[in-house]
Amino acid sequence: MKIAVCIKRVPDMDLRFAIGAGGKALDPVGLKFDIADFDGYAVEAGLRLVESHGSGEVVVVSIGPTAVQETLRKALGMGAHRAIHLDAAEVPFDGMSIATALAAELKEGGYDLVLFGRMATDSANQTVGPMAAHLMGLPCVTAISKLDIANGRGTAERQLEGATETMEFPMPAVVTIDEGLGRPRLPSLKGIMAAKKKPLEVKPAQLGAANLTVDVIAFPPDRPPGRIIGEGADAVPELIRLLQTEAKVL
Amino acid sequence: MDLPFYFGEEHLQVREMVREFARTEVAPVAKDLDRTSEFLWDNVAKMGPLGLLGVPWPEELGGAGMDQLSYYIVLHELAKVDASHALTVSAHTNLGTSPIVDFGTQAQRERYVPLLASGKVLGGFGLTEPGAGSDAGGTATTAVDKGDHYVLNGSKVFITHAGVGEIFSVTARTSPGPGHRGITSFIVTKDSVDLDRCRTLGVGHAEELPKTKGLRAGKKEDKMGWRSSDTRELILEDAIVPKENVLGTVGEGFVNFLKTLDAGRIGIAAVSLGIAEGAYGEALRYASVRKQFGQAIANFQGISFQLADMATEIQAGTHLLYHAAWLKQNGKPFKQEAAMAKLYCSELAMRVTTKAVQVFGGYGYTTDYPVERMMRDAKVCEIGEGTSEIQRIVIARNILASLEA
Ligand SMILES: Cc1cc2nc3c(=O)[nH]c(=O)nc-3n(C[C@H](O)[C@H](O)[C@H](O)COP(=O)(O)OP(=O)(O)OC[C@H]3O[C@@H](n4cnc5c(N)ncnc54)[C@H](O)[C@@H]3O)c2cc1C
Ligand SMILES: Cc1cc2nc3c(=O)[nH]c(=O)nc-3n(C[C@H](O)[C@H](O)[C@H](O)COP(=O)(O)OP(=O)(O)OC[C@H]3O[C@@H](n4cnc5c(N)ncnc54)[C@H](O)[C@@H]3O)c2cc1C
Repeated sequence: MKIAVCIKRVPDMDLRFAIGAGGKALDPVGLKFDIADFDGYAVEAGLRLVESHGSGEVVVVSIGPTAVQETLRKALGMGAHRAIHLDAAEVPFDGMSIATALAAELKEGGYDLVLFGRMATDSANQTVGPMAAHLMGLPCVTAISKLDIANGRGTAERQLEGATETMEFPMPAVVTIDEGLGRPRLPSLKGIMAAKKKPLEVKPAQLGAANLTVDVIAFPPDRPPGRIIGEGADAVPELIRLLQTEAKVL
Repeated sequence: MDLPFYFGEEHLQVREMVREFARTEVAPVAKDLDRTSEFLWDNVAKMGPLGLLGVPWPEELGGAGMDQLSYYIVLHELAKVDASHALTVSAHTNLGTSPIVDFGTQAQRERYVPLLASGKVLGGFGLTEPGAGSDAGGTATTAVDKGDHYVLNGSKVFITHAGVGEIFSVTARTSPGPGHRGITSFIVTKDSVDLDRCRTLGVGHAEELPKTKGLRAGKKEDKMGWRSSDTRELILEDAIVPKENVLGTVGEGFVNFLKTLDAGRIGIAAVSLGIAEGAYGEALRYASVRKQFGQAIANFQGISFQLADMATEIQAGTHLLYHAAWLKQNGKPFKQEAAMAKLYCSELAMRVTTKAVQVFGGYGYTTDYPVERMMRDAKVCEIGEGTSEIQRIVIARNILASLEA
């Protein structure tokens, strides 16, 4: 089984971050980068599929500047077999531009499955996977939480609000991955050593035209400070009055 | 600190992985393990497959094939979250495994190191005795030559992994003392004391390994710190040790374990520095959110100057540690630098953790916050693998010897 996993290098959004001088992007200073959360789950899903089938390869692909090679090497350390770096000075915001480059690379690659994370944890667009599927003319199942492959067909589960949906699809196919398939493994020390010797191919990214641009990024306005209106049972009537008249939540 | 002079991308990847492991697997259990003094078996089972129990050993021997720096990075990072985890890796790798790698025959290496390096079983080092602590020349355990085997008698105390471990290097007298001459090292084996747990987890016990008759673990110490690290007596009672288990040359045991201890000092420096950094990180965060007198206590010079001192001394300790590690890695003499790193970083760990408890005020004195545990964990770093006084003796001897040269 031959599986491609498309991974994005993103900043850790749990850390404190600042907006850069132009107001259109985050200030890269002090940011810590890693594989986007759901993309990590996708790598794990690919590795487990190949392991359970006893043979095959997992190829990780990433678009961006040279720094993405570090992220690719982490995935190689987890156990991916080889990596493709599609070189681009910047990662465009427009998912179609990115999907074009990925489809150009992957279409003739003979992959049985192309995996994506459900969304990138920084831009949260959820578009690149489905767009790439369309450009390659492949079926696409999004945000799956379970995946089985047998006899050239795939079965996937999706979690809906209060229900589970089971889908079947022919291969090759594009699948975007939610949590639930298993937490991404840590790269073992042997994995880190082995990653140094695994092939990492660099090619120019054939990005499509970018029609979307970010106008401005802004932090939400500061919340007004809280107010203590009293203590104990005596304060309850006033609290209810304010929740009705001021906060308008009751 | 990124230390570009010492660290390459591979080191940063190791650091990243261990940080993630410490955050997700160690931090949630550290407090409970400390309270119950239970050994960290579950995480031993997880650390083996990640390669953390055989970092610097060659892949042919089941190790991860990484360098010395990577090994010290692992200790440093684990100790930031829990010293007992770091110490377990350190005692197993340096005290338990390195003597066999460094001084063993090819047959001994092939027999024991793969079991140890993969984390299948834990190892330890039996040097200290009731009458031989700082002065290892006082070793009283005897080894009597019986032709094809030796018979060992004696008691080793404070032996890390004496209970949970299965493979040990121990020292004994093959010719009467006093002093350094006539001490020989032997490889001895026993069953883990937690066989049921080991069988369920699939680690900690090697059925196929022949065990030494007459070797057993004694009483477990109830310690102030390093509480989930296993420390016990190791008792040799007419223990029958075949001659093929002599480690190194007969009579050369003393010289060899001094080498093991030199390297171990860099390890304890790494553990100490990790404890200091862990406590400093807690204090820094707490000081920025704890409000008294209408503002964060970090705004008071009395607090911020303490934080500044901690940060400065931690940076100094970091350079001492990685300088000593770099010397060792590059085959240069490192005895004095290792002693300096151990002395400075262990005393630093005590200073920083004490200050961290102070920054936390009354809360720091309770088990609701980890700084009191870190303070207890720090103390033994000034004692184990050579007390601070012994480090000063080593350093003083070296600097005075340079006068004579
Ligand atoms: C948790 C823990 C784990 C350990 N693990 C191991 C292990 O795995 N294997 C092992 O073999 N040992 C181990 N030890 C033993 C440890 O190495 C010894 O405790 C240490 O070497 C000190 O020896 P001692 O306790 O007998 O103290 P002593 O040697 O009795 O020292 C008492 C005091 O006297 C001071 N002193 C001694 N001689 C001098 C001198 N000449 N000048 C100035 N001051 C001096 C010491 O610095 C110390 O302050 C461990 C100890 C602990 C606490
Ligand atoms: C075992 C124990 C028993 C206790 N028993 C009692 C009791 O019986 N009754 C009772 O009322 N209380 C009791 N206490 C509470 C004790 O008095 C407080 O813990 C102590 O006053 C410190 O307050 P805090 O813990 O809130 O620390 P904080 O006031 O939050 O102080 C945190 C740190 O900030 C420093 N700091 C604060 N303000 C400044 C400043 N302006 N400039 C410089 N540094 C500053 C402090 O010195 C400390 O290092 C007890 C505490 C303990 C641990």
